[in-house]
Amino acid sequence: MSKALKTAAIVSAVAASFVAQTTTATAQAKEKCFGISLAGQNSCEAGPGTTCAGTSTVDYQGNAWTIVDAGKCMEIELPAMADGTPRMGSLEALDRDLPQG
Amino acid sequence: MISQSVFRASLLNPSAPIPEGLTDGHDRPAGRRYGVYRNNVTVSLREALVAGFPSIVSLIGRENFDHVARAYLRQSPPVSPLMMHYGADFPAFLATVEQLAPLPYLSDVARIDVAMRQSYHAADSFGIDPASLQALDEDTLLNTRFGFAPSMILLRSARPIGSIWHYTLRGGEKPTGNPEDVLILRAEFDPEPFILGPGAGDVVEALQGGMPFGPAIETGGPGFDLGALLGLLLSHSAITNLNN
Repeated sequence: MSKALKTAAIVSAVAASFVAQTTTATAQAKEKCFGISLAGQNSCEAGPGTTCAGTSTVDYQGNAWTIVDAGKCMEIELPAMADGTPRMGSLEALDRDLPQG
Repeated sequence: MISQSVFRASLLNPSAPIPEGLTDGHDRPAGRRYGVYRNNVTVSLREALVAGFPSIVSLIGRENFDHVARAYLRQSPPVSPLMMHYGADFPAFLATVEQLAPLPYLSDVARIDVAMRQSYHAADSFGIDPASLQALDEDTLLNTRFGFAPSMILLRSARPIGSIWHYTLRGGEKPTGNPEDVLILRAEFDPEPFILGPGAGDVVEALQGGMPFGPAIETGGPGFDLGALLGLLLSHSAITNLNN
């Protein structure tokens, strides 16, 4: 089979698998979901501006601040990148690759 | 009476003096009210960034995020009243924060948060009937250009941004080190970020750039899975028109 023929066959097969699906199922799913979003999920994806965010939390701190170790990033350790980027995963200075003892 | 520019000048600078001459409507001084207002401006913009960047809040923790957000909002107050788009250049800002330098992936992960919002608010569109793709003869198919949904956004990264995003917000597997291209698709109302397989990012980029289908899929290289990409695009109504 030529490459072009093979491509056309794949496209046809994939398209056929979706044509076979009944459109009724999609219509029903749409009806169910319309206007309803899971609490907390919608606000996330819709973005800010949908609620009144006025609050009395005092927030006057200036430019002097330091990062504390927190968050999910502490659990993520990625191997060194091919481009020489160092390991990631800590907000502190990286010292975990130093020889022990 | 004080001018708007004087009123505004101190708004995002907590160490700037409260403008003189503010009164409460009964000619009593209202300096403290300005302080309350100034605080609410900062807090509300910070809360907007918290709502807009859930993955970054989760990754670095709320306390760190508050510091970073405060620094950002003071240098980049909103330029539009459409608050759902606030923070479009926050990813670029993250890359400049010295304290976050050990986490070079943050900036690209934040781009997913921005793109999810852009996709959510993008215009509605209708996907093509897959039968129309099936009906094309081989020559026509290879010379066809695809049009895509406005809600489809491709993000390319040298880092595993899709896995990191899923790990931190959806409890997915711990990320490994491989670079990932992410395609955001919105089949109906809610956008989803999908991690693309090898070569698929190149193919989508080529198709988005208007390259015909035949040469575009050649850019995917040997590891590219055409069936997987096509299935993803069709099932999410991402292909909106065929030009041949």
